[in-house]
Order: sequence, then C-alpha cells, then structure tokens
Amino acid sequence: MSRTRCSALAALAALAGAIPIALVTGCGGANGRPILTVSAASSLRLAFADYGRQFRAARVSFSFAGSDELAAQIRQGVRPDVFASANEALPDQLHAAGALETPVVFAANRLVIAVPARSHRVRSLADLAKPGVTIAAGSPSVPVGSYTRTVLARLAPAERKAVLANVRSEEPDVAGIVGKLSQGAIDAGFVYATDVRGAGGALAAIELPAALRPTVAYGAGAIPGTRHAAQARAFIQGLLTGAGREALQRAGFQPPPRRPPGS
Amino acid sequence: MTAVLRGRWFALLATAALALALAFLALPVVAIFVDVAPGRVLSSLGDPAATDALRLSLETSSIAMAIVVVVATPAAYLLATRSFRGRALLVTLAELPLVLPPAVAGIGLLAALGPRGILGPALADSGIQLVLQTAGVVVALTFVSAPFYLRQGQAAFAAVDPALVEASRTLGADEARTFARVMVPLAMPGLLAGLALAWGRALGEFGATLMFAGSFRGVTQTAPLAIYDRFATDFPGALGLSAVLVAVSAALLMSVKLLAGPATFHAAR
Repeated sequence: MSRTRCSALAALAALAGAIPIALVTGCGGANGRPILTVSAASSLRLAFADYGRQFRAARVSFSFAGSDELAAQIRQGVRPDVFASANEALPDQLHAAGALETPVVFAANRLVIAVPARSHRVRSLADLAKPGVTIAAGSPSVPVGSYTRTVLARLAPAERKAVLANVRSEEPDVAGIVGKLSQGAIDAGFVYATDVRGAGGALAAIELPAALRPTVAYGAGAIPGTRHAAQARAFIQGLLTGAGREALQRAGFQPPPRRPPGS
Repeated sequence: MTAVLRGRWFALLATAALALALAFLALPVVAIFVDVAPGRVLSSLGDPAATDALRLSLETSSIAMAIVVVVATPAAYLLATRSFRGRALLVTLAELPLVLPPAVAGIGLLAALGPRGILGPALADSGIQLVLQTAGVVVALTFVSAPFYLRQGQAAFAAVDPALVEASRTLGADEARTFARVMVPLAMPGLLAGLALAWGRALGEFGATLMFAGSFRGVTQTAPLAIYDRFATDFPGALGLSAVLVAVSAALLMSVKLLAGPATFHAAR
C-alpha cells in the first residue's frame, strides 16, 4: 500500500474517531514488511492463501473474485500490485491497454462437472441433458463461464440445447457455483478440478472427454508503476519456480501448458 | 459570552458535519448521473436483459411488500400494544436481519430453506422449491426488508394516542375494528415510511438473492445482479442500469412520502 494511500486512510480513521490506525489500514506491516496487494481469480483462493503464508518478501493481502470483475476494477483505476487471472485473455487485454506488465502463464487447470458428493442425479455428461436436472455455470464474462461455453459449443446442437435449458443460474465466480453445489441447491456445475479437490469431500468430479476439454491456463502480471514492483515480480516468479509453484501443485493445479517467456 | 461563543462553535461544527455527510452520501449518486450520458440511460432500457431485470425487481419487490404489509402490520401492532415477558428479546430477534450482512442472510436462508436446510425436506415433500426460483428471490427480499417495516410500524402504533383507542373501545368497537378503523389510519404515515424503507432495501438486495436464489435472466436476476453482471464487460451499461435503478428507487421513495403527507417525518420518529 502506498504511503499516500496510507495517510489518506489514516486521516479517515482519525476522522472516524481514533480507531487504532494500523489495525484499520494495515499500514506499515507487522515488522516493516511492505504489503503486497494481489487481485486473484476466485479459483486460486486456497493455493494463493497457502503461498501467501510462505511469501517472505512482503505480507500479501488478497482480493479474490471473478477474474473479469477484478480486471474491470483495474480498468476503472483500482491498482493492486499483482493481477492473476483464470485465463490468458484478460491479462493480455490489460497488457495491451498498458494496465499490466507483460503477463506470464503460470498454471493450468481442468474444467470438470462437479456434483454434490451424496447426489446421484448426475453421473455423466449425458445426464446434464436430462429434463429436470439443475445446473449452475459461470456467467459468460467470467473465465469459468467462458470455458463452459467452449465445452457446450463442442456438443451436438440438440445436446447443447438440452444442457443450456437446464442451466438455472449464472454465477459471477466459481465460489458461487461451489457453494450452491455443497448446499445441494443444484445438481451439477461446471467448475475446475481444483475446486472439487478444495471442497474437501463435499463434491465429486466427473471428467469431461478429452475432445471437449478446453485449455485452462492462468496468467499473471504486475501492475505498472506499483511501489512494490520488486515484491510483485518476486511473487510472480515464485509462481513459476518457487513456493508458489509448490502451493499450486499441492492444490492440484498443473504446470503451465507452454513455457512462459523468458525462462 | 463564552457560552454563546461555544454554542455558535457547536452549531458551526454541526453544520460542517452535515455538509460533509451530505456531500459524501450524494457524491456516488451524482457521479452515476454525471458519468452516464442521458442517451446511455435510455439505451440501457432498450437492452432486453436490463428490462427483464428491472421488471423482475419490480415484481418480486412488490410481492415481497404485499407479504410484509399483510403479516408485519398486525405483528407490529401486537408488539407495540402488548407488554409481556421476553418482548424485548422478541423485538431484537425480529430486528436482527437489519444488521446481518447479506451474505449471512443468504447462508441462513440456505441453511433454513435450502434443499439441505432444516425445512428443506418438508418443503420438497410439499412440492415447494425456492432455490433458483423467482419465489426464492421473493423470500430473500422479504427476509431482508421486513424488519424495516416491522420496526417503523411498531413505532407508529406505539405513537398512537391511547385515549383514542380507549374511546373506540368505549364506543363498543372490538379490537379488530379498533385496529382496522383507528390504529391503522392513525399509524398510516409511519407505516408508509416503513414501507418506503423496506421497498428500497428490497430493490437493492444483492447478496442474499445471489446466494439463495442464484442469478438467471428473467427468473432470478434482479436489477442489482444485472448491474454486477455488466460491471465486468460493459461498464457504461452498468452505469446506465444503475441510473435507472436510482431513478426508480427515488420515485418510489418520493411517492410513498407524498402519499404519507407532511406528517411522515414526525410520525416516523
């Protein structure tokens, strides 16, 4: 967090009646370590929280949401230090607009059909087309929803139509789909393999046939002009070679589908 | 002399505080209209997904308000006119949703009425499904908005002069008649003020609706959900729809206040 932002927050806190300022704003850090702000795709929550605890160069403060919402915030002038997206398109677009340094691809994931662990209504892709089955998908603008539509576009038209007719909710991020699945509010949802793994037994995954599977690659970049440029780059480098890569592996992410530039 | 000066300083300080509060509260609303061209507001009304969302918002919030008025009016009357053991606890319970974060409301509704909730199996047996349905939106809106009406209604009934109630009873009217002919008309401005607040809260509901009912165009995607949906891909569209929602909410608030007459302000306290 920048000094100016810290003093602005401190002024607000003082105005609000002298609440302990460091507590409210998180300025300064526990032992003088800077605070690195990372906007990251909802599906990265567990892996990044794990990585953040091990990252030594800074204390990491995360903002998890749909990648598209985070990218929109950045376009509106919100300045985190790092942006990590569940696709390559959003970092590339931001980079082209000058709002992100050259992004790197740091991980891959698999789109799967997730079902509540105790439910037997959906056992296969074909079951998704049965009348009365309820499905949640990501909204078209969030990467998970865009991958889902790629899969559906590869189905036969009749099957695609039947599956789409069963989509009953378009969620802004994977967390919404996972939450509804674990509450049994829907019969099935399109999420990432890592989400099923992270749900700790509450969900079961049905793999998609290889021919339907989209390439799910995660891209990240530093925000240009950040005061914590060194830490931001170290954070991204760690995703490729260090503790971040290990945390991603533990959470079930795969290595990036192609060699990132410069390594 | 010092006292006068001190008094003036305080008035000045309070005025400054009021100006600061108003500027802070009005700025985001003004910004929506400054940022969005009038043509953009109109063209966002031409977007069928946006009009679907607005229509759904108006429909579901109207149904929620009907439920709130029918159930919460007698309930508020009872709370205002009876004293019994545990009344304070009951009032606190009924007002709790006022201070609950929407996410907590959503989780609570799922835990209570979701397929795996306490009443889930019973609802499923009687063929009632709420999640992913328009009915679920109504439930979420009712849950978050009812306390506003209940609270205001209670204050309005409590403010009715007991002598008038006494007179009505002396003249032979039973409690039901007194409630309908004396209490409700006298409490009307306060009830309407409560209705306006509840309606505004229902129109703005986001988190509980998303978590409990989901988001699907024409079925569960209310205007706030449609605005969030647009935020990522179509910021001007999101602004346009926001402007429409502000105008609708303001019109609603104003018309209810006009209906209630100038007494609203006093009765509401």
